Amino acid sequence: MKAYVSVFKLRLFHGMQYRAAALAGIATQFFWGFIIIMVYEAFYSQGSIDAPISLDELISYIWLQQAFLAFIILWFRDNELFQLITTGNIAYELCRPSGIYGLWYAKLLAQRLASALLRSMPIIAVALFLPQPYQLLPPSDLSTFLLFAMTLLLGLLIMVALSMLMYISVFVTLSPSGSLLMFAVLGEFLAGMVIPVPLMPIWLQNIVNLLPFRYSADFPFRVYSGHIPYNDALTGILIQLAWLAALIGIGWFAMAKALRRVVVQGG
Amino acid sequence: MRLYWKYVVILFKSQMQYRASFWLLALGQFLVPFSVFAGLYFLFERFEQIEGWQFHEVALCFAVIHMSFSLSECFARGFDNFSGMVANAEFDRVLVRPRGTIIQVLGSKFEFTRAGRLVQSLLVLAWAVSRLPVEWTLLKAVTLMLMVISGTFIFTGIFILAATLCFWTVQGLEIVNIFTDGGRQMAQYPLQIYRKWVTRFFTFIIPFGCVNYLPLLYILDKAPGNEWLYMLAPLAGIVFILPCLFVWRIGVRHYRSTGS
Repeated sequence: MKAYVSVFKLRLFHGMQYRAAALAGIATQFFWGFIIIMVYEAFYSQGSIDAPISLDELISYIWLQQAFLAFIILWFRDNELFQLITTGNIAYELCRPSGIYGLWYAKLLAQRLASALLRSMPIIAVALFLPQPYQLLPPSDLSTFLLFAMTLLLGLLIMVALSMLMYISVFVTLSPSGSLLMFAVLGEFLAGMVIPVPLMPIWLQNIVNLLPFRYSADFPFRVYSGHIPYNDALTGILIQLAWLAALIGIGWFAMAKALRRVVVQGG
Repeated sequence: MRLYWKYVVILFKSQMQYRASFWLLALGQFLVPFSVFAGLYFLFERFEQIEGWQFHEVALCFAVIHMSFSLSECFARGFDNFSGMVANAEFDRVLVRPRGTIIQVLGSKFEFTRAGRLVQSLLVLAWAVSRLPVEWTLLKAVTLMLMVISGTFIFTGIFILAATLCFWTVQGLEIVNIFTDGGRQMAQYPLQIYRKWVTRFFTFIIPFGCVNYLPLLYILDKAPGNEWLYMLAPLAGIVFILPCLFVWRIGVRHYRSTGS
């Protein structure tokens, strides 16, 4: 366990080095958030249709999405891991006296955390004090906030487990780009990154609910705004835990299987 | 120009060496805007219109902007990756060759997989054109072409500006994404739906409005007053590249090799 923690720490500090990049990222995400909010504002201004989610709830959804982007995008690429696999340096990793799944999991987790810590705090801090239509409203009470924090954290763990599957697949395909890009695009759509899940048509929502993707992004954000009531949130957490266990199990198993057949590529 | 095509052919051949990877990437590139378009479709299914704009009209806007973006990403990718060229001083080699710098940087990289994106937006374009209840004339077709070309020039101009910044910063700047990716995201919808300050900035500073809004009014017969002005608005987008090229020249003169 100690080894995992230190890998985690190392990565965290490593990620914190890139403060200028984070600043640029924040500016980009603010612009992005404004644009998306303005689009929805225009959609909602017609007023004739009763929407399944209010504009205020939607705005908090969008700001949280921008702030925690590093938590929820599938395609958070770590070229180092890819290179390990394709160049054959994986051999060194295998010599290490700790499980490779846990090691990589800690690495990826720390990377996302570092990136999010740098970006989410400033975005949320500013978004809380924006003028009216764009303001990120604070959660209604403390218990909602605690629920949000918990679901967000679980969502992050699910997302890392999902992305581990992507890295493991590289053992088989050796070419990281094409197939993973498709997987990422599909996954992000199903997580409500392109349009929020409540605005999707019902048949699509039914599909989305069956898959793990929405539990990492859509679910915590709606818990935050109170769009998902208390009781449903608790059930949701159980589902999150189930998915997490399943995904880690699959990942562990697939990794063990892939490693048994791994061909070290020269190097 | 002949030199340029030679670059294109060589790079095409080299990318075709990894055929399976090429097709998969192209397919992935096809899916990226497709998912965005699906989102657009679902939104319109629910809300029916956005400030008086119908789905097909917005689809046309979407197609034009994505076409321009993929074209410029395909051809001007060299500028997009320029920071690498400065950082490892590859640009020194460019300078000693007896050809213009711009053509060499342009020719340094082509992203043919972006064809996937292009195909997707072409399909959307064809579909939107066939569905729009607009009488198509030759002039309107020309305007549509101009819109795509002008958009390509604007995105290329932004890529060049971003590359020029590298002469001073060496590292690439993520902030430029506001104008490339952000501009693309924003220009998917007719510019009129945004707040005034956004509209103004993206009409007079970076002329996206001349690509996706003013000529669109002409095509949809919504233009008030002098139609010619609206029709020729895309030319302003093409002119945008001139100051960018000028800034590039200044940048080249300031270039100091990193020496590595």
